[in-house]
Amino acid sequence: MLEINNLSKSYATPDGPLLALRDVSVRVNKGDVFGFIGLSGAGKTSLARCVSVLEKADAGEILLNGLDLTKLKGGALRNARRKMGMVFQHFNLLMNATIFENVAFPLRIAGRKKDKIRARVLELLEVVGLSDKANTYPATLSGGQKQRVGIARALAAEPELVICDEATSALDPDTTRSILALLKQIGAATGVTFLVITHEMDVIKTLCSHVAVMEGGQIIEQGKVIDVLTHPQTETARRFFAKDHSEEGWFKAVQEKRIGRHIFRAVFIGESARKSFIHDVIRRFDIKLSILSGSIESVSGTMVGSLILEIKGDEPLLAQAMAYFRENGVEIEEIEELHNA
Amino acid sequence: MPDAGFFELVFAREWDDLARSLTGNINMTFENYLAHLQRTLPQATIDTIYMVSFASLFAVLFGIIVGMTLYVTQPSGIYALPKFNRLLGAIINIGRSIPFVVLIILVFPLSRVIVGTSIGRTASIVPLTIAAIPFMSRVIEAALNELGRGIIEAAVAAGASPSQIIFRVVLPESAPGLVSGFTLTIINLITFSAMAGVIGGGGLGHIAHSYGVARFRTDMLVYTIIILVVLVQIIQAVGQYISRRLDKR
Repeated sequence: MLEINNLSKSYATPDGPLLALRDVSVRVNKGDVFGFIGLSGAGKTSLARCVSVLEKADAGEILLNGLDLTKLKGGALRNARRKMGMVFQHFNLLMNATIFENVAFPLRIAGRKKDKIRARVLELLEVVGLSDKANTYPATLSGGQKQRVGIARALAAEPELVICDEATSALDPDTTRSILALLKQIGAATGVTFLVITHEMDVIKTLCSHVAVMEGGQIIEQGKVIDVLTHPQTETARRFFAKDHSEEGWFKAVQEKRIGRHIFRAVFIGESARKSFIHDVIRRFDIKLSILSGSIESVSGTMVGSLILEIKGDEPLLAQAMAYFRENGVEIEEIEELHNA
Repeated sequence: MPDAGFFELVFAREWDDLARSLTGNINMTFENYLAHLQRTLPQATIDTIYMVSFASLFAVLFGIIVGMTLYVTQPSGIYALPKFNRLLGAIINIGRSIPFVVLIILVFPLSRVIVGTSIGRTASIVPLTIAAIPFMSRVIEAALNELGRGIIEAAVAAGASPSQIIFRVVLPESAPGLVSGFTLTIINLITFSAMAGVIGGGGLGHIAHSYGVARFRTDMLVYTIIILVVLVQIIQAVGQYISRRLDKR
């Protein structure tokens, strides 16, 4: 549905051209919630702005249902933009217009009929939970409520693609959670395709089905969230997805008496996260196993458990135990260097 | 005016004395003095309001057109034309740097063509309008530039055309700033109209000059100043009220 091929973009700066996007290619299928994660300056916002044609790409093509957005002008470009909704970090609402008028904006400029606009806006306000605010002004709303208006506005003209550019980055954690839940619910209900630009791992984990990790204007890794999360190929991806353990208590405790100890990181995905492996391993093998740290979370709907284990026992037994884990679909590896598990 | 009876008995002499000392005319009575003020000041006030109203109306109309043109054609604008923008900016700067007194004389021929005369209240509307347009344009440009880029981008991304952006986003969103700008310009026009009055333009400026300055009538000078102050206060208060009512931010 969205296909980006060899997209490049640079900006002129006093210190010469700054390459924001280098040869970026990505395919987004209908219904995907495709996340783009990277540090600031990685090029993710440039990518979003190129797709919405707020910036003109230098080279490459952006095909939305086969139509190359980089080649469109005037009315044809405006029509293409009406098939995309955009949610902004700083909401960008009309401050002198009511909530109703804000949501109605894309419909009005598309020349829809008055009664249809009214019905659609009221329906959307219901979805985002702001029905009672229709006739108030944005200044009276909280940040989270403003973003709900922004989301309703992005969805108003029934877009095929919704671009969320750091949509939750200006919100507090609680509000972020509720906005993510809303987006998830909308995605499930409408099957609309999302591009989600963010620097927050939680956004990718809770919302996205696919992810592209960006660095230096390039996509260095992409795939299903669960795959990239559990098998990061690059150092940047690892840093985003793996927790930094160096701050944790167990890490400091182990660090001092490191010699001769075996610390493992075990990852349980899907079904294996629910079974009683630890119990089985201790019963089968004569080893001592202690759990130093552990977490279980939902990543795009799949349970992912992660344990930091210390195992004491004879070397052959340790090897057998590890093999047993692996046979049962648990990924386990010894943490060699205690920097960052 | 003091009535017969009590006032006549107690104050008549003093009132007449006051009239005599204010006018420097030994034959002046208070009654004649008031009659003279009534003949001159109300009409002059109406003339000033008349000149300023029409000049403001035209200045706002043209100012919005020119100011909006400046805004949309700036390099980062929604209809960027950098070279044209610089040219227009230069013309406006030239317009703003001509002293108003000189401008009035320069446009005498134009006034004659447009309104048939170069003297009087109607003729003054022409130089007042011309003087106010560059100022108004800059004020409007500044008010429009107060708008964040974000809201314009949101409109662009939603597929709005340049005219839709102007009429559905830019103008409504900057309405409070525009009204403040209009207020500023109207008040400037009152000052300008007083200057026009000195060179045959009519209105309060004419009274202030021909009586207050030319005939050493300090009282007339004071009256015109009081009326001008009241006018400015009213316009400022009304402008501020409207601007606040429009502002939902």
